[in-house]
Amino acid sequence: MARIRAFENAAEEASKGGVAAFGADLADAKVRGPLHLSTGQEAVAAGVCIHLAMDDLLTSTHRGHGHTLAKGASMERMMCELFGRATGCNGGKGGSMHIADFSVGMLGANGVVAAGIPIAVGAAHALKTQSKRAIVACFFGDGAINRGPFLEGLNWAQIHALPVLFVCEDNRWSATTSTGAMTAGAGALARAQAIGVPGEEVDGNDVLVVDAAAGRLIADIRAGKGPRFLHAITYRFKGHVSVDPATYRDGEEVARALQDDPLKRVWTNLTAGDVERIHRDAEEEVRKALAAAAAAPWPSPEQAYTDIQDTGSGRWRG
Amino acid sequence: MARMSYAQAACAALARAMRSDPSVVALGEDVGRGGIFQQYKGLQQEFGGARVIDTPISESTIMGAAVGMALAGLKPVVEMRVVDFALCAMDELVNQAAKARYMFGGQGRVPLVARMPGGIWSGSAAQHSQSLEAWFAHVPGLVVVAPGTPQDNYSLLGAAIGSGDPVCYLEHKELWGAQGEVDESLQVPLGKARVARQGNDVTLVTWSRALESALAAAEASRLSVEVIDLRTIWPWDRDTVLASAAKTRRLLVAHEAVQVAGFGAEIAATVAEELGIRVKRVGGPRIPVGYSKPLEDEARITTERITQALAHFN
Repeated sequence: MARIRAFENAAEEASKGGVAAFGADLADAKVRGPLHLSTGQEAVAAGVCIHLAMDDLLTSTHRGHGHTLAKGASMERMMCELFGRATGCNGGKGGSMHIADFSVGMLGANGVVAAGIPIAVGAAHALKTQSKRAIVACFFGDGAINRGPFLEGLNWAQIHALPVLFVCEDNRWSATTSTGAMTAGAGALARAQAIGVPGEEVDGNDVLVVDAAAGRLIADIRAGKGPRFLHAITYRFKGHVSVDPATYRDGEEVARALQDDPLKRVWTNLTAGDVERIHRDAEEEVRKALAAAAAAPWPSPEQAYTDIQDTGSGRWRG
Repeated sequence: MARMSYAQAACAALARAMRSDPSVVALGEDVGRGGIFQQYKGLQQEFGGARVIDTPISESTIMGAAVGMALAGLKPVVEMRVVDFALCAMDELVNQAAKARYMFGGQGRVPLVARMPGGIWSGSAAQHSQSLEAWFAHVPGLVVVAPGTPQDNYSLLGAAIGSGDPVCYLEHKELWGAQGEVDESLQVPLGKARVARQGNDVTLVTWSRALESALAAAEASRLSVEVIDLRTIWPWDRDTVLASAAKTRRLLVAHEAVQVAGFGAEIAATVAEELGIRVKRVGGPRIPVGYSKPLEDEARITTERITQALAHFN
């Protein structure tokens, strides 16, 4: 959790001036384009991913740095990707919104809300077809439950009894609109249960609670009982993107949420010395990642033409 | 050699691929019952429900799940029923299947064949009759194939499954019953056109269902018409088309898709740029396909319309 927080803070700092629509000069920014930070949501990523092995798979969202780190990706290669460098996990082709590390089973963040759900379901279907014992963790936000692939994907996973944990990481904001005002009925878990997918709703800012619930649900999945659903309620500390000051939110709501910081809550279980050491290690790791990213080579222009398709390769120009 | 229908040829090609490669699976609505055009007939009996997978009517998730399957090591053949329904799966096809390999920096790839039967289907009206190959050709990452004969449907489906790329495979709904000799040993590479008829005066490039009309118009013409069946729309066989057009110095492209911004425009523009010769297109008018026969007929590319276009070169 401390590593995620430190990474997000550093990425936020490095992205300043990185969005052209806000009048900034992109040339000065180390990280270009919109950056969706998961600051404040660290307990969900950590509490779920602690139960995943390297051969388990994971799909994520546009707000996916935390999931990627928690699944075991290299922080340095992630930072290189945000900096657009050739040494990034995606060779500079994806950036923040498409960050992926297949070597640790992280099948990609996604720029389209809910789009990871069918992909996760298909990956779980493949695991079942191949008689593998691994499972898939599928992260999505509260906004995703209002898109069609949510219904389709849960239905599919249930009728085929697939090994997938659906994790609704509910930060209560769909971009810049309150999710509650846009969502009918009793919420994410009720919708899952209506399809027959059992699950739990938990305080997503308490990592021990998330950890315990994810442990129970994943044990069921590994026992062959089919898909399970975790609705983890948390809060997005930052705006929708890094340059969004989120002034549309109520000041008291934000102040309360900041008091409920998942890191502060977990620190109460540790000694002051442990907390200090964990912070120091995370800051040191981030510092090294930033230095490596700043010094890393850019992709060559020729790389724009690779990894597209084999059929007709070399004819992209016309 | 065996005599087969266009549908039987595709079924035989898929069965062959599934026998030789256990990672090949098929999924879609009604495939267990053979598919609505019987292009999956008998496959679930032979390979079982775990490899010939019946799905809900969930086009987004049929395509999206296939992307996930592909990223996790399978080679899915996706049935979309008709190309018009694939429009419910555009995010999964265009933003996911076509982009995954690139945006993940080559870490994963999506060997996926999306079978999307296209074209006018008599009496089926506007939402079951479109020809959308130009849409898909416009998207980097996708291969686009439009077989016009049983032989090509056999050979190209096998090539598509083996290609390792996401392929939009556009069978034509009015060709399912077309009969022809199929040589199961004949390999047809993706991206290679076929000279279906030799000639010296005009190069006529076409594909899919319009091939039959083009050949008939060529036979009836006073000109010596070379007919090229493009077969793969992207990557299209520029070498074969340019070599023929350099010889004939006249180019006509005929396709059933709407002429405006159709793929014929790409071919005509390329040939005009490269050779500076006369080019002409004949495609569908920019109208939805109507239900009533006189309305539907307006959307069809007939032998007569191709003949009229050829007369332009007299």
